[in-house]
Amino acid sequence: MEKVNGIELLNAGEQGLVIEFGKEISEAVNRKVHQLARRLISEPDMAILEIVPTYRSLLVYFDPLKISRKDLSEQIERIAAEEKMFHSEESKEVTNIVQIPVCYGGEFGPDLEFVAQHNGISVDEVVNIHTSTPYLVYMLGFTPGFPYLGGMSEKIATPRLEKPRVQIPAGSVGIAGSQTGFYPVDSPGGWRLIGRTPIKAFNPAATNPFLFAAGDYLQFKPVSVDEFFEIRREVDAGTYSPEITSLQKG
Amino acid sequence: MLALTVLRSQACRKGEHMFTTINPGFFTTIQDNGRWGYQAYGMPVAGAMDRYAYRVANLLVGNKAGAAVIEMTILGATFKFDESQLVAICGADMQAKLDGVGVNNWSSFVVRKGSELKFEYAVTGCRAYLAVRGGIDVPSVLGSRSTYTRAKIGGLEGRALRQGDVLNIAQDIEDIENGIQTRVLEAQYIPCYDQNISLRVLLGPQADMFTAEAITTFLNNEYVITDEADRMGYRLVGPKITHVNKADIVSDALPFGAIQVPAHGMPIIMMADRQTTGGYAKIGTVISPDLSKLAQAKPGDLVHFSLCSENEAIDAFKEEQQRYTDIVRSFHDQKNSSGLVRHFSIVVNQQAYKVQVEEYIS
Repeated sequence: MEKVNGIELLNAGEQGLVIEFGKEISEAVNRKVHQLARRLISEPDMAILEIVPTYRSLLVYFDPLKISRKDLSEQIERIAAEEKMFHSEESKEVTNIVQIPVCYGGEFGPDLEFVAQHNGISVDEVVNIHTSTPYLVYMLGFTPGFPYLGGMSEKIATPRLEKPRVQIPAGSVGIAGSQTGFYPVDSPGGWRLIGRTPIKAFNPAATNPFLFAAGDYLQFKPVSVDEFFEIRREVDAGTYSPEITSLQKG
Repeated sequence: MLALTVLRSQACRKGEHMFTTINPGFFTTIQDNGRWGYQAYGMPVAGAMDRYAYRVANLLVGNKAGAAVIEMTILGATFKFDESQLVAICGADMQAKLDGVGVNNWSSFVVRKGSELKFEYAVTGCRAYLAVRGGIDVPSVLGSRSTYTRAKIGGLEGRALRQGDVLNIAQDIEDIENGIQTRVLEAQYIPCYDQNISLRVLLGPQADMFTAEAITTFLNNEYVITDEADRMGYRLVGPKITHVNKADIVSDALPFGAIQVPAHGMPIIMMADRQTTGGYAKIGTVISPDLSKLAQAKPGDLVHFSLCSENEAIDAFKEEQQRYTDIVRSFHDQKNSSGLVRHFSIVVNQQAYKVQVEEYIS
């Protein structure tokens, strides 16, 4: 399909319009996705029911009895053609980084040793590398609140388990290839587990049930076993708020 | 001669209007329209698998469109009612019996206090919906009462029903005036559940990742529904659908009805509890009016895919919406044919009266 204004419009059923910015994972592409998503949410007259931004595209659910695909497509192409839209966010923008305490190794991180051996480095080096940089939340998916993170160092990249575990406890921090992330709810999974966070990325009882939104940054921070349990008590009591630092870009 | 209507109204006290699960059946959950608005956070929509049967069940008891109902799968449940209730059963025929006497699907009827409503194996279809006037009252989680078992939210404690679970009735009533009426769905609106179904498909969004032969194969052959068919998705087997190059994409969003094809070439159709995003190429999307047929299909049933144009898909969607309007209209024509009205002749002081007694469920 032909690209107009840098986007490709595809169908996903009679109520779904896909706006695709590219085929690959890239921070620049992802930034455009979230920028357009924010813009479309604020457009009141487009009969849009829900928007699902992903790594590289948005799925817009619309009511085909209120707006035709043709009209909706034209409006979106018009918005995407506005030159200013995709330039403002590059520089001088302050982004918040959510600090995620992680207790590495031991029973919380049964694969930490393997990740170190696989990459020919020490366990401490794995932790240092994993905690050294903030990660962009490209999108949420898989299970409620699960953050797809980008930017992990290849120095600690490790293949998935050959046989996925049937049940992984919520809070488990894992590595799969050069991806990293953590499990918000108990679920099966094949990622290499290196630690666990006492933080809840999904808490249906909270005012804001999701800790992250796509476009946020997070950074892992090592804590001791004692700190882990202390933070978990605060999380359970509803008194814990994660530390937020600022990242100045540009 | 005097016509007299006696309305026996029952005071509604919180917690009094309820029913108890005697036997939960195979997999019985509470479902509504689904949890919309949170897919950007990775939260699946969930909701009733068969949107048509769900919606009609609510219409039959005068509920609001978003009222919560009970969804039963393959083997139904048994419930004991602590108060008289107006109920309706739609979808799969699970040989429902009220105190041992068979009752009809696609119509509403009164279950009296102390009665037992029992469902058995589905003889046609796969999922039956039990709507109770007012809807099921469980806490709303992120705007929906739908059970999503993988995240343990919605419904009753985020799980399938168990023996002894007590369910309360909500007040999600649309049609307050006419709610006491039992209703019968006209035959033309009752779907027929075949073991060989045809699903209309809009090709895309990654149809270009498949060879031309693969698309022909996909459209000209039958696929069998495997045992791996649940609320999350239906896995099918049949002639292999071949990719031009690779089968994987950088994960993007999955609507209800999306047909993913992994490298092994067998289609997977995404259903109500689907994950919000997925990494396999999608050859097409089943149009939404046809998804009810698939939701009623069982392992072993056959699926045939046919190509559909955008205009045909929109027309089918319009027709489905119109059908709900027509059904509600047909109910208003049934106003005077309630099966609940009983007639008596009584004599008071040698004067004869004809008395019409209409039972009222509040």
